[in-house]
Amino acid sequence: MARMKFLCDADRCIECNACVTACKNEHEVPWGINRRRVVTINDGLPGERSVSMACMHCTDAPCAQVCPVNCFYTTNDGVVLHNKDTCIGCGYCFYACPFGAPQYPKASNFGSRGKMDKCTYCSGGPEEDLSIAEYEKYGANRLAEGKLPLCAEMCSTKSLLAGDGDIIAEIYRERVVTRGYGSGAWGWKTAYGETINVSA
Amino acid sequence: MLIKRKNIQASGTGGALAQSFLGMGQRRLDRRSFLRRSGVAVGGLAAVSSLSGGLFQRAEAATPHNHAAPAERRKNMCTHCSVGCSVIAEVQNGVWVGQEPAFESPINRGSHCAKGASSRELVHGDRRLKYPMKKVGGDWVRITWEQAIDEIGAKMLEIREKSGADSVYMLGSAKFTNEASYLFRKFSAFWGTNNVDHQARICHSTTVAGVANTWGYGAQTNSYNDIRNAKTLIFMGSNAAEAHPVAMQHILSGKETQRANVFVLDPRMTRTAAHATEFVRIRPGTDIAVIWGMLWHIFENGWEDKDFIRKRVYGFDEAKAEIMKWNPAEVERVTGLTEEVVKRVAQTFATVKPATFIWCMGGTQHTVGTANVRAYCTLLLATGNVGDIGMGANIFRGHTNVQGATDMGLDVGNLPCYYGLAPAAWAHWCRVWDVPFSYIESRFDDVPAKQGREARTRAQNMEVSGIPSTRWFDAALLDADDVDQQDGIKAMVVFGHGANTIPRMKAAQNGMNALDLLVVADPHPTTFAALHTRTDNTYLLPICTNFECHGSRTASNRSLQWGEKVVEPIFESDNDYAVIYRLSQRLGFADEMFKTFEMVDGKFSKEPTAESILREVNRGGWSTGYTGQSPERLKAHMRNQDKFDIITLRAPKDDPEVGGDYYGLPWPCWGTPEMKHPGTHVLYNTNVPVAEGGGAFRPRFGLEREGVSLLAEDSWPVGSDIEDGYPEFTMALLQKLGWDSELTAEERAVIEKIGGGDPEKIAKVSWTLDLSGGIQRVAIAHGCVPFGNGKARVIAWNLPDPVPVHREPIYTPRPDLVAEYPTREDGRQLRMPNIGHTIQARAVEQKLFDQFPTVLTSGRLVEFEGGGEETRSNPWLAELQQDMFCEVNTKDAAAKGIKDGAWIWVYGPEENAKVRVKALVTDRVAPGVAFMPFHFAGWFMGEDQRGKYPQGTDPVVLGESVNAVTTYGYDPVTGMHEGKATLCRIEAAA
Repeated sequence: MARMKFLCDADRCIECNACVTACKNEHEVPWGINRRRVVTINDGLPGERSVSMACMHCTDAPCAQVCPVNCFYTTNDGVVLHNKDTCIGCGYCFYACPFGAPQYPKASNFGSRGKMDKCTYCSGGPEEDLSIAEYEKYGANRLAEGKLPLCAEMCSTKSLLAGDGDIIAEIYRERVVTRGYGSGAWGWKTAYGETINVSA
Repeated sequence: MLIKRKNIQASGTGGALAQSFLGMGQRRLDRRSFLRRSGVAVGGLAAVSSLSGGLFQRAEAATPHNHAAPAERRKNMCTHCSVGCSVIAEVQNGVWVGQEPAFESPINRGSHCAKGASSRELVHGDRRLKYPMKKVGGDWVRITWEQAIDEIGAKMLEIREKSGADSVYMLGSAKFTNEASYLFRKFSAFWGTNNVDHQARICHSTTVAGVANTWGYGAQTNSYNDIRNAKTLIFMGSNAAEAHPVAMQHILSGKETQRANVFVLDPRMTRTAAHATEFVRIRPGTDIAVIWGMLWHIFENGWEDKDFIRKRVYGFDEAKAEIMKWNPAEVERVTGLTEEVVKRVAQTFATVKPATFIWCMGGTQHTVGTANVRAYCTLLLATGNVGDIGMGANIFRGHTNVQGATDMGLDVGNLPCYYGLAPAAWAHWCRVWDVPFSYIESRFDDVPAKQGREARTRAQNMEVSGIPSTRWFDAALLDADDVDQQDGIKAMVVFGHGANTIPRMKAAQNGMNALDLLVVADPHPTTFAALHTRTDNTYLLPICTNFECHGSRTASNRSLQWGEKVVEPIFESDNDYAVIYRLSQRLGFADEMFKTFEMVDGKFSKEPTAESILREVNRGGWSTGYTGQSPERLKAHMRNQDKFDIITLRAPKDDPEVGGDYYGLPWPCWGTPEMKHPGTHVLYNTNVPVAEGGGAFRPRFGLEREGVSLLAEDSWPVGSDIEDGYPEFTMALLQKLGWDSELTAEERAVIEKIGGGDPEKIAKVSWTLDLSGGIQRVAIAHGCVPFGNGKARVIAWNLPDPVPVHREPIYTPRPDLVAEYPTREDGRQLRMPNIGHTIQARAVEQKLFDQFPTVLTSGRLVEFEGGGEETRSNPWLAELQQDMFCEVNTKDAAAKGIKDGAWIWVYGPEENAKVRVKALVTDRVAPGVAFMPFHFAGWFMGEDQRGKYPQGTDPVVLGESVNAVTTYGYDPVTGMHEGKATLCRIEAAA
């Protein structure tokens, strides 16, 4: 079984935000909820780099470890999903997540923040695949249709890669060898406990 | 971080994000930190409250995409920039429910930027104009299409009666399809005016003028894809990462595989510069000094391509007199760049070849725009970097179809396909339109003598270029005697054009108020609907987007792509074809104008088919090679996108449908469609036979000057039967060569008919006027270029400053340089006075620089486009960029006590202009330089104008316009405004 991962090549990312609006478009994500976003460091300075971020679908996901109601599960593809019917909106997962992925429809210092929402790797949730109920709660299920996440498919510069971890690691490795530089597979150590070794 | 709301943010990601980036040397978060969070979290914010809950409900209310049911896939193109990304729409029950990546497109390979990836929202259209409206006593009132067309038509005829046809200004759009562009140009001709323009005026008019005056055609010579072959790239005044993001796929790929040198020469450390190998910061408005400084090193060290220059370029001996004045000391004095930097860039560009030069509005939007462009071309010619793969002038156009709309003649000085306005050009198009010349002539005004200017007959008036779109309001406000036509501008008919992308908005506001009639035909109301205080005679017509109609568009690389209608026009909107038809009907010339088209039943009325309009373009567009791209061939290309190579853009020769073609049949695509010319991927390329897309420089400036030939020497396209330079092909030349016998009887009959049976006139029938295509066919059969084989020129004796000279911006931070490098003398151009010199002299005399010490420049953001009404109405985009801002250098901000994210006032030196915007404190701009994006409107000089839009059509995000503070200044050739170098003063706002 493939182990699905995301990889953002920061040397290609131009912060165009296609990944962000592709996600909005595919899942009709409402205003204020951002399953994916682009973060720029050293903005306007030499060395400026941008990275597209969302749930990385970690191995041994920290969110799952802290969830008091056990709403998270990992699919056979290695995708970390959650059950909104179980979620109580406590916000623990947000504090556990190293990537700031979990989003909540409500803000308050007390009580529930509403059902948590996050990137599903375009693979829906526990409802029946491709059902209306699944779409309304979690958005589209592209994996069930044999497609990859739309954010990566629409990335303007092919910076954001999605797919089997081994394959996208190989694509990245080849790229670094060709061009002679690479700032590394951002977030992989944290998410997957490994990095991509490149001998450029 | 700008918005300190992270503690109460619903999603609260700021803290975790910031932490996760600490390890990456983060110093400050980016402009995305302007992003505000959920409306629930920060309720009460204007932008969010205006959403009034509708957005949140939509996800449930809209018919969701039923993934279990089949969806129909329809293909069209993104309607934003000129890259030409294919969009695949999934349609269920007539609703666009999903968007899929078009991996098969050789241009975007599935990719999009933020705008393209949110295309579907344009056709959701929460904020679209939903039905025709007019102002009655200051209030917007819903009316029917019939009433709108009837009242607009009546008023136009009344104005025509009183002030003449020229007093109605036809402002068209770079968002038009080619067919709508052509139709609008034809409409203006049948109405009887050359006052017809569109966004090219304010983006690349100076490019078209400068490039065409150098080597023949005013367009990108190569393609986005071809940049993959370049070993050195210079971006000057281009920020492709934000303005043409998908182009960066080809550029970054090429940079990686070629290990290419990428120089970004710009006043700002742009997002493109972040991916360059070297960023060179220049002072706004000093392009010519920089380029001449580079050429000084090139000539001084003998790095020029002597062989190329000898064979294919005219005028370097003369041009060098000016160029060699720019020694390193003078370059440093004027531009601030050191000898070492200039030399390094120059040497790399001249010696690590192929090298390409990429420019955009940073180069073109200047009082010296045309001269800037010619300087860039001069650098390319000196180094032999034109006319082959991996090199050339890669001019990135701005809008989806600004190239096509320009080609179709939405230009005050042209008929379709750059025929100009000479009697022969009108006669040509009258033949294509099947109307007598006298009919069109009768539609034009005669012009009385005014202020010592001679009177013009109707026929003479047809030959005089109209008023550029940058000056329409001056033409509405000035004394009628100052405007070189019967009367000033009394009516604006605006199809798809914003008002906030043109400087001097205070004057534009006054101009709008002065009009007798204002018509806005657009999917959105635009600033033309909200800026003014008009109470009546103001109409809004809902036009659909290009996703809701058929038609072709021409990408920046000259490739045509056919878009198919995705869904029927939503609400009561209708397409341009139908609306232009109905207006023509009301104005009384529809029968004449539309008799050549196939008419079908449209949504509310008859309308011409896009196919039949394109066929008419094919019948007349010989001069630009718009003749081979039949609708059938273009549709075949869309069906076979996956066949085309992503670097060469060519399909394998053995493909049954598109074999050997270049993608989109980039013009020139010579001859008739049956001739199967493959299109021209790279212009002026002598290494390829003409029949395969080869060419040469176009001799359009005469055959000799001062006894020196202007034809190519020892250079010709491979396979040419004439191994030398030669002039354009005419019947006389064919006869002289003895090739006229190869014309078919039908071709000969057409040519003889055009010549009226008179042998002398028949001999003069040229490759541009021959409606049979025979002359082109025979020339190409002999391996010859129909337009001839000439030299490019680096001295344009018909233009002001035949050799470009540096001239300080009108409002310059270096008044000490004005005496030496003044702007051009006052004069009259394009029916209007141009008093730039007076204004510059006054600015220096009044020491305005002391009061306005900061250089102000402007540009694009990736999320929005153009005037931004459409993109700011798209919540998926609007959410990403919710505030108008001004980039202020950290030192300047510190000196003024301005904090990042605080409100500031930016004051301009004219009309007491001021805008209230947020400060983005950054070293992206140099000390003494400020930058503002130009997509915002809806606030004007501190006033929130949201209430002035018809209810429910106000864009999600509003903001001040940079052009409220930009100033006077016009290129003498095209009327391009100065959008990139003026002065301002920045102060903290209370």
